[in-house]
This record gives sequence, C-alpha cells and structure tokens, in this order.
Amino acid sequence: MKTLTKLSLAAALVALPGLGFAQEADMTPPNEEIGYIFTTFMFLVAGFLVMWMAAGFTMLEAGLVRQKNTTMQLLKNVSLFSIAALMYYLIGYNLMYPGDGWSIDGVLGAFAITGLEPVGLADTETDLTYASVGSDFYFQLMFCATTASIVSGTLAERIKLWPFLIFVVILTGLIYPIQASWKWGGGFLDAGGFLDFAGSTVVHSVGGWAALAGALILGPRIGKYKDGKVIPMVGANLPLATLGTFILWLGWFGFNGGSQLYMDTAGNVADISRIFSNTNTAAAGGALAALILTQILYKKPDLTMVLNGALAGLVSITAEPLTPSLGAATLIGAIGGVIVVFAVPLLDKFKIDDVVGAIPVHLFAGIWGTIAVCLTNGDASFGQQLYSIIVVGIFTFVVSGVVWFILKGLMGIRVSEEDEITGLDMTELGMESYPEFAKG
Amino acid sequence: MKLIIAAIKPFKLEEVREALTSIGVRGMMVTEIKGFGSQSGHTEIYRGAEYAVNFVPKVKLEIVVAASMAEQVVETIASTAKTDKIGDGKIFVLDVESALRVRTGETNDDAI
Repeated sequence: MKTLTKLSLAAALVALPGLGFAQEADMTPPNEEIGYIFTTFMFLVAGFLVMWMAAGFTMLEAGLVRQKNTTMQLLKNVSLFSIAALMYYLIGYNLMYPGDGWSIDGVLGAFAITGLEPVGLADTETDLTYASVGSDFYFQLMFCATTASIVSGTLAERIKLWPFLIFVVILTGLIYPIQASWKWGGGFLDAGGFLDFAGSTVVHSVGGWAALAGALILGPRIGKYKDGKVIPMVGANLPLATLGTFILWLGWFGFNGGSQLYMDTAGNVADISRIFSNTNTAAAGGALAALILTQILYKKPDLTMVLNGALAGLVSITAEPLTPSLGAATLIGAIGGVIVVFAVPLLDKFKIDDVVGAIPVHLFAGIWGTIAVCLTNGDASFGQQLYSIIVVGIFTFVVSGVVWFILKGLMGIRVSEEDEITGLDMTELGMESYPEFAKG
Repeated sequence: MKLIIAAIKPFKLEEVREALTSIGVRGMMVTEIKGFGSQSGHTEIYRGAEYAVNFVPKVKLEIVVAASMAEQVVETIASTAKTDKIGDGKIFVLDVESALRVRTGETNDDAI
C-alpha cells in the first residue's frame, strides 16, 4: 500500500500540469518493465510452491517412520528448512551465483552475504531483462532447502538431532551451492554443455548422494536386517505419506515451471505451461508403473511404492521437462517408477537402510532423468551428461562422507541402542507425536 | 453356570451377536485380540520385503450362561462363525463358581 501511494503521488505530480486531474494519471508500467514484472511475479509464485515442498517432505517422512520417531522427524524438517534459509542467505547465494566474482574461475564462487535491491529500486540502475534479486534469491533458496529435505528421510529413526543439523549447515552453506555453481552459476560444467533444467542432478542426486554417504556411515536401524533377512518396519501413517506425496507433486510445478527462469514473452509462457503438463504426466507415469509392477511382482499393490513411483517420475522429468512430448514425458516418468520398485529391495540387499526410499527416488531416478535429457533434447551430449553426473556425484559423496566421519568422531551421530528401541521422540525430545492416542 | 470363551473372526461378530441374542443370551463381553492357532499367521510384503504376520486379529467373546443353556450357545456360535476356511476360531467352556449382580446383590443364575 505504501508503495502504491507513493507511485500514484509521483504520477499525479507528473500528470498534474498537463491534465489537471490526478485521477486520469496513466498507471500502466512502461513497456520495458513488463517482462521484469511478470518474471519476478512468476519467481515468487513458483518459489512459494517449492517452499511448500518442505511440507510435503515432512508429511511423507512423518508417515513413513514409526510412531515413536514422528516428533523428531517433524522437528528435523522444520529445523533443516530454517537452517537452509539462513545458510543460503549468509553464504550460499553468492557462492552459487557469483556473476563475475568467482574466487576460482568456474569452480568456486564468491563469498558474500546476500543483499537485496533497495526499497522501491531507489537510485539503482536495474537490469530489466531478468527479475528482481529478491525473487531470484527467494526462488533459488527453496531448491537448496529441498536438497536438505532429501537427506533427513533416509537417515530417520536413528540419527542424533544435532550432528544431523550440523551436516545440514555444511550441505546448504557449502556442498549444494558449490556444485550448483558449476552448472547454474555458469561454472565449468555449464561451459562444457551439461544440461540439467531444474535439477535432477544438481538438486535431487546431490541430496541422494549425501543421504547415501550418511546411510553407509550411520548403519541400518536395529533389527532391520536379521539372519540375512529384511525385516520391514512399517510406516505409522500412510494417509500422511500420501498427503505429503501430493504436496510434493503440487510443489513440483513451481520447481520445474519456475526453472524456465523467464515469463516475459508468449513463447516463455507457453513453455512454462508445457513444463507443467509434462511434469504432471511424468508423475502419473511413475505412479502407474509402480502400481502395475508391484501388483505383478508381489500380488498386491504397495502404496508406499506407488508414492515413491510418483516422486521418481517427477525427479526423472526434472532434468528436461520442456522438450519431451506428453507421451515421452509419461514414459520417462514411468521408467523412474520402475527404477524405484527394483532399487528399494536392491538397497536392502546391500543393507543400506533408507527409511523413506529417498535414495532410489532422488539419486537413481535423478541419474536416469539426467541421462534421459539426451532422448528429447538434441543439444545434450551423452558424454557430458555422464561426466557431470560423475563429477557432482564424487564431489558430493566424498565431501559428505568426510563430514559424516568427522561428526561421528567428534560427537557420535547415532543414538544409543536403548534410545533407538524406545524411540527418539521420548528419549531425545521427551515429547510424543500422539500422546493421547498412545496412552489411551 | 458355564463360561464360554470363543475366539472368532472379527467380521463374524455382528452375526454371532444377533444369533446369540435371538436364543436368549442377555449379555457378553467382547475384546479385540491377536493370536495364532493352527493358522499360525501369514506373510505380507512391504516395500519388497516379505514379513510374517505372526498374530492374526480375532475377537474374543466371553459369555456366562446357565449350565443348561451352554451347549446351545456353543452350537449357535459354532454354526454362525463357521466359514469352512482356516482361522475360524475356537470355543472353550469352563465351569463358573459364582456370579453376583452388583446393583441388586442377586447371585448365580439370577445374576446372569
């Protein structure tokens, strides 16, 4: 309101001498501002859709852990989102988008706190060909938070709160922004021709690699693998897990759609709508593939696999949601769903305990999606896609592994056996998620 | 007096209750239980891993009736709860020493 008053006052002052009536002042923004306005607006809408994915991850994880660990999972999710918000502001944004200020050209970005434009763009020469820094920062920050959300699900039910949160500080402040600068900041992978539209590799596989390193070092939950057999630990609340999946599905329209990065021409708006449609059909393809496959393999469909299948479909289409036709997008998503159904038992074979299936969904389907770019985008080279997957993978896996090992040595990352069996809600927090229900 | 304990399939509860009321049974205690017998559980699959459901949900009825009526109650439960499939349940009959209605102080057969 304040800005509006100022604007109309200024307009009135300009218009007064000529027209004599303030009411007739022309409030239409100048043509050169329209693209800037629409793109900025698009970033804000897409950004809050992606923000909502934090709720999706939280509900999915709250549904797939056992009741005794629910409060802890909720606390981890709200904390990690908040840490990501602070770290991206303090370090991440300029490390990821250094512009011309690279510390090491194409490899390491700038170290500076994020600053926004002055109020009302006063006294600045704003580049009107893109969007406001505020909207760009807000939008990109949500991707950083998504990466951290992926890790918490895998390591649920046995990791201590504080070592986990310290890892999130490093992941969101350093690991994510550094590797993201290589592609989206215009670094060496981008220069090499790597294509990753909205982050099958940059966001999802990075979360997956960090989770994998953590899962290997942390070890499986007590009783998960006994005498060569896998003992399922059934999720406590499948309605919440389903709600979480739908929230993620909704948020993904902002994730992929916003990554068009421009809404200043008819062509760009049409592309965004194309991306929305492809993103949706890929999720549907992934869900249906998992539905049919679990029915055939296990004689009964497995809801949790269908939920993972939908998410795998979304991850698969994220590297290239624009160029595929609806049919191709459906198939790309469906293959993601198939990957999940086979990858979940495969991880169990290696005794890698991933509570919510984040590694199959975000890492395996992320790799598939990054390779699948070559199917529909003629500018992609298979070699460069593979090279970039490996570079990002090694960097994230090794750095994450080192951080996990240091945390393990310094403070221990795992709760005691007794605490784990009793449940983290009471032992670490003294607070149950459903106290009335539990006590009767 | 006899105490009849019956473990039956949960979905048969309503039918058994109706059949018992129609032959004059005036009260029963019902508990949701889990257990196993010769059915000894079954297996399910969660996220690709098979697991055993060792205890199957059942409903337990406890009914105290006059000794003369016990046989008829057992037959009624058995015929109503029967599906001819494994896991139909079991019925036990025990002697009851005494009974007391709390409100009136009536005892034994008068109390049930």
